[in-house]
This record gives sequence, C-alpha cells and structure tokens, in this order.
Amino acid sequence: MQQNITKKEILKKLFLSNLYISAFTFGGGFVIITFMKHKYVHELNWLTEDEMLDLTALAQSSPGAIAVNAAILVGWHVCGFMGMVVSVLGTIIPPMVILSVISLFYAAFASNPYVALVLKGMQSGVAAVILDVVFSLGDNAIKESPGINSMIILCAFIAVFFMKVNVALIILASASIGIIRFYACRKED
Amino acid sequence: MKYLQLFFSFVQIGLFSIGGGYAAMPLIQAQVVEKYSWLNLSEFTDLVTIAEMTPGPIAINSATFVGIRIAGIPGAVIATFGCILPSLFIVSALSFVYYKYKGLPLLDSILKSIRPAVVALIASAGVSILLQVIFGGGAMNISHINITGTVLFLAAFVALRKYKKNPILVMGLCGVMGLFAGII
Repeated sequence: MQQNITKKEILKKLFLSNLYISAFTFGGGFVIITFMKHKYVHELNWLTEDEMLDLTALAQSSPGAIAVNAAILVGWHVCGFMGMVVSVLGTIIPPMVILSVISLFYAAFASNPYVALVLKGMQSGVAAVILDVVFSLGDNAIKESPGINSMIILCAFIAVFFMKVNVALIILASASIGIIRFYACRKED
Repeated sequence: MKYLQLFFSFVQIGLFSIGGGYAAMPLIQAQVVEKYSWLNLSEFTDLVTIAEMTPGPIAINSATFVGIRIAGIPGAVIATFGCILPSLFIVSALSFVYYKYKGLPLLDSILKSIRPAVVALIASAGVSILLQVIFGGGAMNISHINITGTVLFLAAFVALRKYKKNPILVMGLCGVMGLFAGII
C-alpha cells in the first residue's frame, strides 16, 4: 500500500513536471532536453548527468519528435510503462491545447506586435539556457578524458554547424570511435 | 476514411522524421500540402510560423492544427496519436536495450564517445539561436548587432551560470524585458 501511494505520487510528479516543461519550451527539441536535465538531474535526482546525455543521443537519433522521444525514455526509466504513458501525455497536452486555441484566431496572434516582442526577448533567454548547459556538460566531458573528448566535441561541432552533416552520421561516427577505443584499450592490457 | 487517412499520414511523418523539427518540415509539407491538399501553401506557411511561436514539437503542432481543420477535436487527437505511435514502439525498444546492456564494457565505451558528440550537437543548436539573437538573422556585420537581444542574452547567461537561476524563470523574464524594451 505504502508503495502504491509513492508510485502514484511519482507518476503525478512526472506528469506535472512534463506538463510544466512542455508548456514553456519554445524553440525545439534541445531546449526541452535542457529543461528536463535541470528538472530530473539537478532538482529531482531521478537521472544522472551521463544518463541524460545517453537519453539525448537516443532521442535525437530515433524517428519522431525529440521532446516526445525524451519523454518516453524518461518515463520508462522513472516508472515503467505507466511512467512512459504519463510522461508522454504531459508532454503532448500543452502543445495540443495551445494549438487548438490558436488555430481559431491565428491571424490576430501572428500579427500582434506585443506577442512578437515577448517572443523575441525569450529567444535571448533560450540561447542562454542552451549555452549554459553546453558549458556544464562540456566541462564534465573534458574532465573525464581531456584529449579525445575535446577532439570529438570540436570535430562534431564543425561537422554539424559548418558542414551541416546529418546528425545520425555524427552519432554513428562517434560510436565507431567508441568501438575503436574499446579494442585499443583491451590490446594494451 | 478521413480519420484513417489522417492517422496513416501522420504515422508516416512520425516514422520518417529523424533529428527533430527541421527534418520533419518537408515531410509534413509532402503529406499535408502535396498529397492530400489538406492545407494550401500559404496555410502551411502560417502553420510553420505558429509552430515556431508556440511551445511544443512542430510535428505535434502540425498534427493538432491539421487534425482540427479536417475533423475537429477527434481529428486532432487521431493525428497526434498517429504521429507519436512509431516513437512509442521504437524508442521503448531502444530504452529496453539501453538499460539491459548499459553495463557492458563495449557499450559503455561507445556511450562514452557519443556523449561529447551530443554536447557538440546541443552547442550547435545554441550557437544558431545566439547568432539569430545577435544579428537578427541578417548578415554578420557589426552594424547589424541587435543591442537589446545581446544585452538580454548576456544578463540571462550570467543569471544561469553564476547564480544558478531557474531556466524557465530566466526565459520568462527575458520575454517581459523584451516587451518593455520594445515599447520604450
């Protein structure tokens, strides 16, 4: 019984957290990932930082919306099947409700200058939120293995930002580096 | 019939869009505008604008928007469900594999190399948005610098990095400050 209550509470917390995150996430999949990291890694301690990065790689390289994929992964991890269901519902309800309302009077919304000003201001915040996360994650990755990890970060950034290489290819390439590292280490032993 | 078409059309969008919003856009256009003519091109452009201005993934936004147009609220629910169905199966399977084999030394080594690449992917998304904020999407020229946006970014960055403020609060405050700066 005791466990039932706590499970219910976890599900409720998961649902409300995703509902809140999803309602305030402007600007695509990576923004929601940074908010989820803040909530589930730092605030609730449901995931470690490494797990969050792994979930990001999985969410990013699977078909479908990154936010929904991340919600599925976090849901399974926190509370099994019901966790997954609740987590996904929390993530998709806000955009569904907001879009339903806006589709009724979208012309007025899209041309409103005050709405445009608020959104423009929020864009500055979004850039800061993402880069803040990049600095924390980058710091950790470089501390773990300074030489190779700095190289991977630099090469992957150049490939995706300047050369517009497909993201799935970058993940495959870094996975191959991981395989090479594994067998190289074994040879040394 | 209408419902089935909506459902399968968005299953395809969910199944074939890998890598987030901008990868999904041409697929949505192919299904919704070209194949079924549920929206004309100018309505589709409106949809993209709205999707960019509102929270949530563009695929979910489109499913709701198109579903409501074609078949009301039930249409929106069916299209959204179709859109997330492939993810539910594929990502759940991946999640199972991940937690089952996570301890294996080989997979561990692979994940250790993927993590820094993911940091770079997030950095790339952040830098793109930052350039948009500083130069307003125009040429990268000192005379084009948007001062309000740049100052807001720096203030937000310090608040997050140094004072560890809540990111949603910081983003909301940036919106409010942007509104005030614009009115003045």
